[in-house]
Amino acid sequence: MDITRRGLFHIGGKLLVLASAGATLEQIIGAEAPSDAYKLADHWWGMLIDIEKCIGCGNCVRGCSKENSVPSGYFRTWVERYQVEEGKQPVVESPDGAMNGFAPLTRDDIKAFFVPKLCNQCADSPCVQVCPVGATFVSPDGVVLVDQEYCLGCRYCVQACPYGCRYLHPETRTVDKCTLCYHRITQGLTTACCENCPTGARQLVDFKNPKDPVHEFLRKNMVEVLKPYMATKAKVYYKNLDGSVR
Amino acid sequence: MRRWFQDSGHLIRPALVLLAAAGVFLLVRAAVVPKDFGKYGHYRPGALDLVRQHPVAYAGQETCAMCHDEQVTARKAGKHAHVACEACHGPLAAHANDPSIQPKLPDVADLCRRCHEKDAAKPSWFPQVATAEHSGGAKCTDCHQPHNPHL
Amino acid sequence: MMIPGVDGFMYPNEVELQWGLLIVLYPYITGLVAGAFILASLERVFKVEAVRPTYRLALLTALAFLLVAPLPLQLHLGHPERSFEMYLTPHTSSAMAMFGFVYLWYLTVVLLLEIWLEYRADIVRLSQTSKGVIRMVYRALTLGSQNVSPRARIIDDKVGFTVTVIGIPSAFLLHGYVGFIFGSVKANPWWSTPLMPIVFLFSAMVSGIAAVLVLYVVSMKVRKTIIDMRCLDTIAKYLFYTFVIDFTLEMLDLVHRTYEADESFRSLDFMVHTRLMFSQVILQIFLGTLLPLALLAATQLWRFSEARRRAMYVTACCCTLVGIFAMRWNVVIGGQLFSKSFLGYTSYKVQFAAREGLLVAIALMILPFAIFVVLVKLLPPWTERNSA
Repeated sequence: MDITRRGLFHIGGKLLVLASAGATLEQIIGAEAPSDAYKLADHWWGMLIDIEKCIGCGNCVRGCSKENSVPSGYFRTWVERYQVEEGKQPVVESPDGAMNGFAPLTRDDIKAFFVPKLCNQCADSPCVQVCPVGATFVSPDGVVLVDQEYCLGCRYCVQACPYGCRYLHPETRTVDKCTLCYHRITQGLTTACCENCPTGARQLVDFKNPKDPVHEFLRKNMVEVLKPYMATKAKVYYKNLDGSVR
Repeated sequence: MRRWFQDSGHLIRPALVLLAAAGVFLLVRAAVVPKDFGKYGHYRPGALDLVRQHPVAYAGQETCAMCHDEQVTARKAGKHAHVACEACHGPLAAHANDPSIQPKLPDVADLCRRCHEKDAAKPSWFPQVATAEHSGGAKCTDCHQPHNPHL
Repeated sequence: MMIPGVDGFMYPNEVELQWGLLIVLYPYITGLVAGAFILASLERVFKVEAVRPTYRLALLTALAFLLVAPLPLQLHLGHPERSFEMYLTPHTSSAMAMFGFVYLWYLTVVLLLEIWLEYRADIVRLSQTSKGVIRMVYRALTLGSQNVSPRARIIDDKVGFTVTVIGIPSAFLLHGYVGFIFGSVKANPWWSTPLMPIVFLFSAMVSGIAAVLVLYVVSMKVRKTIIDMRCLDTIAKYLFYTFVIDFTLEMLDLVHRTYEADESFRSLDFMVHTRLMFSQVILQIFLGTLLPLALLAATQLWRFSEARRRAMYVTACCCTLVGIFAMRWNVVIGGQLFSKSFLGYTSYKVQFAAREGLLVAIALMILPFAIFVVLVKLLPPWTERNSA
């Protein structure tokens, strides 16, 4: 067969598509440490959670668990169900962190809602403050991480976290917590919990991205953080959060 | 003066022991602590790369769309438009990397019920039913097409 | 879904306690160190001559406990082999990291140096008179200097005095820091109070003084020697004063919390009335504070025979030692029994044979006494200079 210019274009074009698809795939699946197209200084990460969108399905908890190999009985993220009755203390539950959702609530005469929780990625983090060796830290792009090869497992940070988001990993015997799926967000993916949320109750936000619609939302709408009096500069914002939530 | 030295000379010894220990400590420190410790803050910068090396389990919708555009199109037209593929199908990065790895679909009843079982805490705008009464024992997929479920 | 041991709601990661029995032991042991040292300094710096017979004993007690103090921490760590990182890359904002240096300072520059200066004459003498392996140990301890002339000893005394003077704030720092490690955790309202370092310090002094008194009485009984009652009465008097201050501070904390009744109060109040009823109300307050205070107050107000006074002192001190342990338990364990959501409580079950279990804790409490016996054999506290 004659090799024509058109033929070459066809073949070349297909090869190019295949090559770029393959490269994208390889980058996404992460066979090795990604190349540094990611600039730390260009990002400042956080999250927005909309209580009125959360249906308590527990997809986020399962997704996180599978993505990050979270040990059973410990939680990087979890969902709480609140039942708020007038004049009484709220009744709260989180069966196995809502890994398998909740047993249906039939009582519909009171206020009830779901609250997803995770590490608040505090910019002024008390857990980082107390670490004796520098094993936990706030990354330059705003994610609180643990250096698994440096952590002593003293658990001072677990005590210092006001939100209860840290735990001691039973196998590595170091402290573990939500990493905001750092290995994903630095590659252009979203977190596992946001990916799996069917209603968009959880959304990743990059405060340094001027085109981020969630950032734009946060600038203009009423939101709050958990335990603001702790002054931790938490970066997980809640929309439609009830005052009874602890 | 010389006499004072004679009488207090022994005090030099514990001081020397301390200094020697301090010297050993500084040597160990220089050998063991990574040179770039403190570059971004009080931690090893290598830790950032360590975290980033964790393998990805969920490929993300855009990857699924590369091959399965038929299902994506069907989904986009319906109520599940904003539900990611892997939210129901589970983590599929392994499958995307090697399509011969066949994903296993979770049990339909459990899957649908997790979101759509009636619960007073769920927001009222969300479609939810008491499944025991709703289907009379039939499977959800007998009537609803998962990618475009609205009837 | 009911979680065993949990009432109400706890954040899922809070259900299991992170700091257990061994972390209760640790402030108890460092407290004994600080307290014993303060007693020793009473004689050296404040010239309370009556307690002279316990001076060396107190120093050795402090050393025995200080050597054991890091062990519960090492056993608790997930990676004890990495613990040296605290010295290599200490995070200056972390009280725990800075404490590593306070500990080291106190062990070397204060305690070891003071003991060396105090005992030098005996060490040199023993390095010349003893035989065998022990002779080599003494020779090493002389650090190569055999100079024990009267003038050298005067200089030793002066330097020792200075070391003790520095040692007093160092001892305050040693245990005050432990209090600060808890007191600075804003996430935990049971711990977070500026009173915490001070309460820890005074309860440390109380436990340390009580420990030295008991050890003195036991040592004299073992050696079948007469107990110096003037010494004992003076120690008991200082114990009483310190205890009054300690009790006042703890009551102040309690009254303040009850009065302000902020959100955490309801949760903490419930916890004290249920899970901490035995350890806080019965052990710490009644048995560990009010009873010893009553016994000591009685000896101050009325006259009792020597034998009876001895019995009252020893009883009071034993109760005190139990009570201060209970206090540490109530702070460390109590602080983790309630949820930071203030909506629930968990429980703590001490394991028996585990790494952080009861057996290990008992062994760690016996170990300082074993070390103490070795130290007493090596560096006898009783010479002609300070025998009763």
